[in-house]
Amino acid sequence: MKNKSLISINDYSKEEQLEVLKVAEEFEKNPVQNILSNNVIASLFFEPSTRTRLSFESAISRLGGKIVGFSEASNTSVKKGESLRDSILTVANYSDLIVMRNPLEGSARFASEISPVPVINAGDGSNQHPTQTLLDLYSIKKTQNKLDNLNVAFVGDLKYGRTVHSLVIALCNYNTTFHLVSPVELKLPSSVKMNIKEKNLKYYQYTELDDNVIPNVDVLYMTRIQKERFSDPLEYERIKNYYILKNDMLENSKENLRIMHPLPRVNEIDINVDKSPKAYYFQQALNGVYVRQALLSLILGLK
Amino acid sequence: MSEKRKELKVSAIENGTVIDHIPSNAVFQVIRILKLEKFENMILFGTNLESKKYGSKGVIKVKNKYFKPEEVNRIALVAPSASMIEIKDFEVINKTVVEVPDEISGIVKCFNPNCISNHERVKNKFQVVDKNNLRLKCYYCEKITAKNNMTFF
Ligand SMILES: [Zn+2]
Repeated sequence: MKNKSLISINDYSKEEQLEVLKVAEEFEKNPVQNILSNNVIASLFFEPSTRTRLSFESAISRLGGKIVGFSEASNTSVKKGESLRDSILTVANYSDLIVMRNPLEGSARFASEISPVPVINAGDGSNQHPTQTLLDLYSIKKTQNKLDNLNVAFVGDLKYGRTVHSLVIALCNYNTTFHLVSPVELKLPSSVKMNIKEKNLKYYQYTELDDNVIPNVDVLYMTRIQKERFSDPLEYERIKNYYILKNDMLENSKENLRIMHPLPRVNEIDINVDKSPKAYYFQQALNGVYVRQALLSLILGLK
Repeated sequence: MSEKRKELKVSAIENGTVIDHIPSNAVFQVIRILKLEKFENMILFGTNLESKKYGSKGVIKVKNKYFKPEEVNRIALVAPSASMIEIKDFEVINKTVVEVPDEISGIVKCFNPNCISNHERVKNKFQVVDKNNLRLKCYYCEKITAKNNMTFF
């Protein structure tokens, strides 16, 4: 994986993904290692994303690396009209690896083509966010002790959520049975479903989150339904309250069930679920640090 | 129709290439895609010609020029039924049908307004994921540009 950019989850084979998860496990046991002390990492956030940026910067700091960059484009040369090409070529002079978030889809792929140093995509518009997918895989593996043959439910906006799309595609490598819970308007796109069908995996679609789904699954992956997706605000009001997970709904759930969410949440998981031992979303976010530590050290050839 | 008038309509070339069965509305696009505007050899073209097979068609004849298959396959998106006929000494020496290539670059715009290829000077690239229905997957934003939302450069 040395010097190999990570733009799209499919850039890494199943074996490479598992290698990242294995190294992440080591970092979870021993998160402070001074292996990046000779490295400078560029952290270029052309649009703000505090959560992802802090996770990367925490990963870099815990490894003793230095960070250069910016957290939004408003007071940089980008505002003055600099092209992405020039920004990347300039920053590559000062760093050994570039972490980039940019609102334009395909920008990370483009950056990786022109950059002499490897690029990690920290989100390119609605397209890809592969480190999120890897931390989701890590969280599933850690809580279930395996990745193969699991029943995974995805709930909420399955149409526009890139997190869901990438994770569904990644899970197709592990003989997953999919339970897809969404309003009719926000069903998983056929281009993503194609991946499930190609591997002849089972999937079930539901419009309601109830005991037809919850007791049968090992992972309940909740997502936020965004207001912007609806032309009719009344329709949004109706649907947003449709998929609120409450503690009493977990009554018949499996012992090993874990509830995940890419965060931030709005109201789709009631705060009374937070105390449940089955709630895993905050721990899930922390796993992002270990996975990013693993990626940085593998790509820089330090592991 | 007299011999003379027929001659005007489909003037024969001694050596070169005839691109036949181009949809009438695509002749100028084909000229652009093959960069024939900058070509200095003799070029004859006709459009809205009668065709038994398609009702109406266009034809382009380029003197003293033979195209590589990858060059001519670039026109497949606008003229999927076209054929390329190579002429030597007024004789047909080779006839091939245009084929949709596996990859397409620099002909079609990505339909996604939020794609980097529409913002930065990038030579765009597509993987042809469906040759029959012409569905192109952008190498950059990974979105699918379908036939009904294709715009050409
Ligand atoms: Zn694109």
